[in-house]
Amino acid sequence: METLLYIALFAPLVSSMFSALFTTTPKKTFVGVIASLLIFTSFVSTSLLLASIVINGNESVHVEMMTWMATGNLYIPFGFIVDKVSVTMMMVVTLVSTIVHIYSIGYMDHDKSFNRFFAWLSAFVFSMMVLVMSDNYAGLFIGWEGVGLCSWGLIGFWFHKESATWAANEAFIMNRIADLGMLIGIFLVYWNTGTLQYEGAFEVFKTLDPATLTWIGIFLFIGAMGKSAQFPLHTWLADAMEGPTPVSALIHAATMVTAGVYLVIRSNELYSLIPNVGLFIASLGAFVALFAASMALVNRDMKRIIAYSTLSQLGYMFAAAGLGAYWVALFHLVAHAFFKALLFLGAGNVMHAMHDELDPFKMGGLKKVMKWTWIMMTIASLALAGIFPFAGFFSKDTILEAAFAEHHFVIYGVLLFTAGLTAFYSFRLVALIFHGEERYKIFGISPHEAYRFMLVAMSPLLILAMIAGVLQEPFFHMIEEILSAHEYHIHSHTTLWIMLVGTQVFVALAILYAYKKYANAFIKVPDGTSAIENSFVYKFLYNQYYIPYFYEEYLVKPYRELSDIFWNKVDMKILDASVDGIAGIIYGTGEKTRAMQSGNLSVMLRWMVVGFVVLLSLAVVFGLTARYSENITVIFSGLGAM
Amino acid sequence: MEIGLNHYLVLSTILFAIGLAGVIKRKNLLLLFFATEILLNSVNIAFAAISHYYGDLTGQMFAFFIIAIAASEVAVGLGLLIVWYKRHGNIDLETMKSMRG
Repeated sequence: METLLYIALFAPLVSSMFSALFTTTPKKTFVGVIASLLIFTSFVSTSLLLASIVINGNESVHVEMMTWMATGNLYIPFGFIVDKVSVTMMMVVTLVSTIVHIYSIGYMDHDKSFNRFFAWLSAFVFSMMVLVMSDNYAGLFIGWEGVGLCSWGLIGFWFHKESATWAANEAFIMNRIADLGMLIGIFLVYWNTGTLQYEGAFEVFKTLDPATLTWIGIFLFIGAMGKSAQFPLHTWLADAMEGPTPVSALIHAATMVTAGVYLVIRSNELYSLIPNVGLFIASLGAFVALFAASMALVNRDMKRIIAYSTLSQLGYMFAAAGLGAYWVALFHLVAHAFFKALLFLGAGNVMHAMHDELDPFKMGGLKKVMKWTWIMMTIASLALAGIFPFAGFFSKDTILEAAFAEHHFVIYGVLLFTAGLTAFYSFRLVALIFHGEERYKIFGISPHEAYRFMLVAMSPLLILAMIAGVLQEPFFHMIEEILSAHEYHIHSHTTLWIMLVGTQVFVALAILYAYKKYANAFIKVPDGTSAIENSFVYKFLYNQYYIPYFYEEYLVKPYRELSDIFWNKVDMKILDASVDGIAGIIYGTGEKTRAMQSGNLSVMLRWMVVGFVVLLSLAVVFGLTARYSENITVIFSGLGAM
Repeated sequence: MEIGLNHYLVLSTILFAIGLAGVIKRKNLLLLFFATEILLNSVNIAFAAISHYYGDLTGQMFAFFIIAIAASEVAVGLGLLIVWYKRHGNIDLETMKSMRG
């Protein structure tokens, strides 16, 4: 068992280091193949671990690889745990990353930094595995920072583009802000419980007073907000779409951004003790779900639309987790990882076909040339919209039921409305890309379907997006003990059926409306003259509620001015001046006393005599002082008494 | 009047002062050697006198050491001096400026 755990954990690291050997050499396909094989190895080990937990009924595999820190009362080991929660996450991470690795061999085919890409991507998988497998908050934090770093490297992968480096830095800095909150949370955990091990800390949490727990919960959640791009730290996620599309699929849809949700689920014993914070999380989640969906309605960038939809779905997950339905959140996380990764990879195919064009208004009618991509993206969108019997139906409807059963009707209403918006914008995208007139012909692009092996690599995701719903029951039974889960039952069957059918009809209507509006021959590339484009609401949404503008204008610019002042006034005039001054004095002294070194022996001898006399007189002075020290003390105390 | 420790020490100090003045003033390398010899021997006198005063032989042993060192120093120094004279034709300190910084 332990061997399997180590293989699952370290195969990605080996893959990363192997690929890193070739970063400076031209493209070598075997690097991608070997990296994919190693990640696949990790996937197989994880599957075996899952099998042993599900079939053999092992509680968990817990290993302590070595001691990391041991000073005084502080003891932090490199400990790893594979229990039912972490094995679920590991399955998602390894499965999606295996697929993305294979897909990337095709997608990055023409990129001259092919090898470097795999080094970063595998490093990301390793960090993510550390994050989910660690058995203490410190190890989780290492993984947390590791995925942040790899995300930075992959968003800014095409670093010759200014926008990419800007987006990479934005993501990193935003996460830095949130990580400060997370660190404070971790310190508070250690301060109050004396340990960072989950088990030990959860044990002590039960005895702490609610105020302390609330603070811990809030600070840890701030970290989760940054990583999962919750309002108000959400702007980086949409900008992170500057990275290559497989990266968006793996990091900014399926795995890394769900780390925040994982943190809340992992700390469920903490959050179930503080329902107030839970309610706040749920409300924020519901708000973000609606907020992000509204921005996706009008956006004209394919990848950004999908990014906003990710944001919106993360809101759903937090809503579920905040309401205490941790298993529902985790299940939605898993289902979402499958269909969202599929959607992103499909978008990658489209981007390749359209020579990196991102505006869906400039596409249209692609279903003729890209039949498989069309099918995959349509099914992924159906799953995202929550149509029966696809994955999203089971996970998202359970969240709605949970909100209803917990009597949080406002959250329920918001989430229901958002489900309609989700269906609308997903199918707006599908309709614009694959249906209607072939608008791309104006731009002289001849699209082509992606490589066959890329489509084959995507097929497991396609199947999972279709059938993941049947896993709901087994998943619930597996997870119920550890997450103290209970099924949500609406008391009256009539209400339940009305809700289910009502939601389905509502969503289906939204889809039909999207098709009707965007899948016709009259769609033109918007040129900013139509009435709707000049309406206030459109502009408001298109500019992302002016939040990036606000950040730029009221946070970034004042900060830059402040930095300028500090640079010009404090740094240059005080710090630099004092350091330069000290150096200047020494340099000047050297320059002046240089004359002593005339090279003339008799002058040097004279200086020697002077030095000798000085030393001698010093010795005499000190000797006298030592001898008469008592008298001197008396004299000085007399001076002080005056 | 008996000649005591103080007389020897005064003699030593006078010799030391003469030697020091010579080290400062002399421009001739050979005379500079003489001056350093005077310095060293003034110390030897002080050592021997104090050693006798305390009845402890350590000081006199030191004086012997110093004599030995002074002899070797002069041997090396004179060797160098002769080489210098052969090369430059003088032993004037003012001309020895090759180490100017």
